Amino acid sequence: MSTRTLISPATLARPRGRAVYWTVFTAVVVLFALAFLFPVYWMVTGAMKSPDEVTRTPPTLVPEQWHLDGYTDAWDLMQLPQHLWNTVVQAAGAWAFQLVLCTAAAYALSRLRPVFGKMVLGGILATLMVPAQALVVPKYLTVADLGLLNDPLAIWLPAVANAFNLYLLKRFFDQLPRDVLEAAEIDGAGKPRILWSIVLPMSRPVLGVVSIFALVAVWQDFLWPLMVFSDTDKQPISVALVQLSQNIQLTVLIAAMVIASIPMVALFLVFQRHIVAGIGAGSTKG
Amino acid sequence: MKTVESPPHEAVAVPPIQAPPPAGDRRRRRLADQARAYGFLLGGLLCFALFSWYPAIRAVVIAFQKYTPGSEPEWVGTANFTRVWHDPEFTAAWRNTLTFTLLALLIGFAIPFVMALVLNELRHAKAFFRVVVYLPVMIPPVVSALLWKWFYDPGAGLANEALSFLHLPTSNWSNGADTALVSLVIVATWANLGGTVLIYLAALQSIPGELYEAAELDGANLLQRIRHVTLPQTRFVVLMLMLLQIIATMQVFTEPFVITGGGPENATVTVLYLIYKYAFLYNDFGGACALSVMLLVLLGAFSAVYLRLTRSAEGDLA
Repeated sequence: MSTRTLISPATLARPRGRAVYWTVFTAVVVLFALAFLFPVYWMVTGAMKSPDEVTRTPPTLVPEQWHLDGYTDAWDLMQLPQHLWNTVVQAAGAWAFQLVLCTAAAYALSRLRPVFGKMVLGGILATLMVPAQALVVPKYLTVADLGLLNDPLAIWLPAVANAFNLYLLKRFFDQLPRDVLEAAEIDGAGKPRILWSIVLPMSRPVLGVVSIFALVAVWQDFLWPLMVFSDTDKQPISVALVQLSQNIQLTVLIAAMVIASIPMVALFLVFQRHIVAGIGAGSTKG
Repeated sequence: MKTVESPPHEAVAVPPIQAPPPAGDRRRRRLADQARAYGFLLGGLLCFALFSWYPAIRAVVIAFQKYTPGSEPEWVGTANFTRVWHDPEFTAAWRNTLTFTLLALLIGFAIPFVMALVLNELRHAKAFFRVVVYLPVMIPPVVSALLWKWFYDPGAGLANEALSFLHLPTSNWSNGADTALVSLVIVATWANLGGTVLIYLAALQSIPGELYEAAELDGANLLQRIRHVTLPQTRFVVLMLMLLQIIATMQVFTEPFVITGGGPENATVTVLYLIYKYAFLYNDFGGACALSVMLLVLLGAFSAVYLRLTRSAEGDLA
């Protein structure tokens, strides 16, 4: 499908148009490669240089010798398995809690007509106006009072208070075809049953979007885990990287940075179609 | 339609529609419905109450208290606000945060828009461009910050190597008091512009092609078409993203914390960084909350404008 854009197909078909097009195209490819791919290339190969090659001026474009020591040292010296595991536990738990509790709450607000439902929804939407980071200190004190410091619950439970994801789910449930739900009700299915065997299977796309948002948010977060995990053994990889960056060899640190990036980049490459389409669609309409 | 399946005695058991069930029954049913509805809501509500609503109220309360964890809080009136106000870092933090936001807006608004405009005209390798531009967004912010800290290294950093390769004078980047803030804006823009580009692209694709055709028939050249078709058609999305970006960049923390530690000479201390310092370095939670309240009021105003705009133009979100 080709829709008409700024420049008409007729202009592009002319020899001059074609020449300009391919010049611009090449320029954009080069620019994008330099701006976005080269820094990543520099990081991945920097970790494979020897410690004195990485600090040499002028730098070498390609490592003279390919060392994997950086990566193996990072894995062992910086206890990466431990910190990666912590991050996985924190992200998976936050995802599960969010999926169960936000879905249940969104379903209730959308379909079960609780009294004061409008007020509750208003209270939830109002939190969209309060930027999360501005409240980290009182949130930290609350978590401390509950005795949840250095506990993954300090990540999991606050993750549920995500008005954006809850609203996304509620809006989706609102738009499900009425007749299907009513037919199920007439057939004698109870509300939990309707949620489980009709609403959820129909909501796969929005559940996918919420899942990706939930996982990425925890994996990328820094300030909150920095506050709640003072215990080094409990820290996720983002916090551990910064804490350990001061006194570790440069190549080892760079290797650890590469390793920390792999899970999210892999997730993106696998789901890129959905993520790219989701970002575009979600924003222009809302 | 006559059926054999429904036995006659069951048909009799169904109460006639006109006669409502006894009032007590109805009330009990409604109560059971409500209990179930709130059962579904309970977990989510509890989390919102504990980690969203209560902290918002608590920030305001503690802002007027002398608060140290473990001891009884003391009411101190507006002492926290005046103490924070007279802290020399306070002025620096607000000046830096506002400058950062402004610079991020200038750089982070124009570049993605032009990028999206060009990408939308390209007919080849579309998926490649979208993946590449979004790649930095998926790299954890801490990693981007550490990566650029290394690039900015005065010894063998890539940034200065590139400048000397091009025979340009080298810079102090994040280590110079007057270049540090701009250096951080570059990092934030590099790391975040992918999302903005994709959103602009989606907006550009929703412009009906007939508008361009009509403009061209009327003799509008390329720049005129951008000015009279593209810009008015995308105005809403652009405004939206601008507000979102302001809200996000006013809360900048990771880049200054990781790359510069607020220095040199407080050149990159931001408001959120100062909040962090008050709480975790000075153990002054009253001061931290007073600062939080100030940030909250300012950002709340921006958010309110944003929500108003989105709700008035609300199609559907999902």
